[in-house]
Amino acid sequence: MSQSFESVVQSLSTPRAFRAMMRHLLVIAMLIVMLYPLFWMISASFKPNQTVFADTGLIPREFTWENYSQGWTALNYGFERFFFNSTLVAVACVIGNLMACSITAYVIARLRFVGRNFVLGIVLLTIMLPHHVLLIPQYIMFSWFGWVNTFWPLVLPKFLATDSFFIFLMVQFIRALPIELDEAARIDGCGPVRLFFHIILPLTMPALITTAIFTFVWTWNDFFTPLIYLSAPSMFTLPLALRAFLDSTGTSSYGSLFAMSLLALGPIVGFFFAAQKYLVEGISTTGLK
Amino acid sequence: MATLGAMAADKLGRRKRRQRDDTRIAWLMLTPWLLGLAFITAIPMVASLYLSFTDYSLLSTPRWVGLNNYIQLFSDRRFSKSLDVTSRYVFISVPLQLLFALVLALLLNTGMRGLRFYRSAFYLPSLLGASVTIAILWKQVFGRDGLVNNVLSVFGVDGISWIGNPGTALYTLVILNIWTFGSPMVIFLAGLKQIPKDLYEAAKLDGASAFDRLIHVTLPMLSPIIFFNLILQFIGAFQAFTSSYIVSNGSGGPVESTLFYTLYLYQQGFTQFRMGYASALAWVLLLIIAGFTAINFLLARYWVFYGDKR
Repeated sequence: MSQSFESVVQSLSTPRAFRAMMRHLLVIAMLIVMLYPLFWMISASFKPNQTVFADTGLIPREFTWENYSQGWTALNYGFERFFFNSTLVAVACVIGNLMACSITAYVIARLRFVGRNFVLGIVLLTIMLPHHVLLIPQYIMFSWFGWVNTFWPLVLPKFLATDSFFIFLMVQFIRALPIELDEAARIDGCGPVRLFFHIILPLTMPALITTAIFTFVWTWNDFFTPLIYLSAPSMFTLPLALRAFLDSTGTSSYGSLFAMSLLALGPIVGFFFAAQKYLVEGISTTGLK
Repeated sequence: MATLGAMAADKLGRRKRRQRDDTRIAWLMLTPWLLGLAFITAIPMVASLYLSFTDYSLLSTPRWVGLNNYIQLFSDRRFSKSLDVTSRYVFISVPLQLLFALVLALLLNTGMRGLRFYRSAFYLPSLLGASVTIAILWKQVFGRDGLVNNVLSVFGVDGISWIGNPGTALYTLVILNIWTFGSPMVIFLAGLKQIPKDLYEAAKLDGASAFDRLIHVTLPMLSPIIFFNLILQFIGAFQAFTSSYIVSNGSGGPVESTLFYTLYLYQQGFTQFRMGYASALAWVLLLIIAGFTAINFLLARYWVFYGDKR
């Protein structure tokens, strides 16, 4: 009796355990193939220039920091300049989006006012609007203002709640908060503005964090907008600096090009490890990239 | 009775007053959004429609040319080339990307241990995919002396420069887009969690095999999410820019094989300074994306399953 029971258990569990193991192996193999180029790039950034292509292994045969020190000063300005520019733009964009989108979302989600459906409709419509149709007049307008080669064209739109995606994200979030909060506060004589700052805003923190992270990552990576507005090397953000580096060196110093490219990814990878929960939740609920 | 009525009226009046007050404060708080709507969105949109009917080089005043820009598109060889390149890119990479995302999500959703780790690891490329760094990496990986050829040489194959060959360059970018399947995968995983367990129990009781359950339970229940991902990724892929610019040094080469639509638009507007023509290109892009999304919504009736039969 007990023996037959055991054999049944075995026949059931062994193939299952085997299948589970196969699944893990399959997934891990895929991960290795996908992430191998990244690890190879990290390793290549520590190889002397002449061996970057000859030495194909993951562990450098000859280890050097030279790529980093040479790459840092390879352009007319040191990379501290480009890091500063990128940080300035990204942080300003984050502040802009947090302020403007949260106020707009609160008004749509919580206040009863004439024109509410109109505002919500416009927000939803503009989510899908390809920004290329706005690009050329915006460029003309900003160059009238004399703002070419300044950060204003990159930053100002964020302070005017033009990232409808984040407005929508926060509207959904604020709507899910209990309405009794508002009623209780109103009875105590709290106006809409104070209600927003003292009650709604603190509770919206998870949505604010998601917005902050994605705004940072997107503006940090953005290549198109800086390419159009910034042509003076002193104003370059990191993506533009890397493009200039690529143009100037061609294939001659891939080692230092890789080194600087990897440094440019640093903050994003940092956010990735620090805030995975918010990243995954943000994507799951809204489909952000 | 009379006092009750008065109280009710008073209450009603107060509520009305409060709503009126909210309207004023609401629009006041919407000031930034209104300014953005006017100056960043609405006016530029109207202006670009106007410009698309003009010749304009930034230096002179716009000169009205009627439908000329749009007519010119029909005989513009580079325009049709860019449409060809972009649609190949979109129609090959997006379905494959979603297929990978779906298969991996199904695989990870079998109660595997380490789900959170795997999910994050697969998601990482999505976060990095649009960066210049990855485009530079791709240029090397698929170059003449790149990683791919190193691996091939182990098998005795002497590979070409995949990035420098007009027949293969676009497909390296297709692979780059597939590589970022992590974000739709995460959305699929969230969708899979929403499917009620009892549906599977019931199907099992009826003797449905694992394959049957996939076809008749999982896929129909997941179809709204598949649809959502499809729309999102299509719209994104139509607007891809950075990878083709970096890989081709802004030219769309070799032999225009990576000339994405947005890259051509950029060249016309910001290297040739043909602002009118570039505006026309932008409006055609908008129409293509809008038309495409509309077709998708129409087709959705036939394959997207909504539980409550809306």
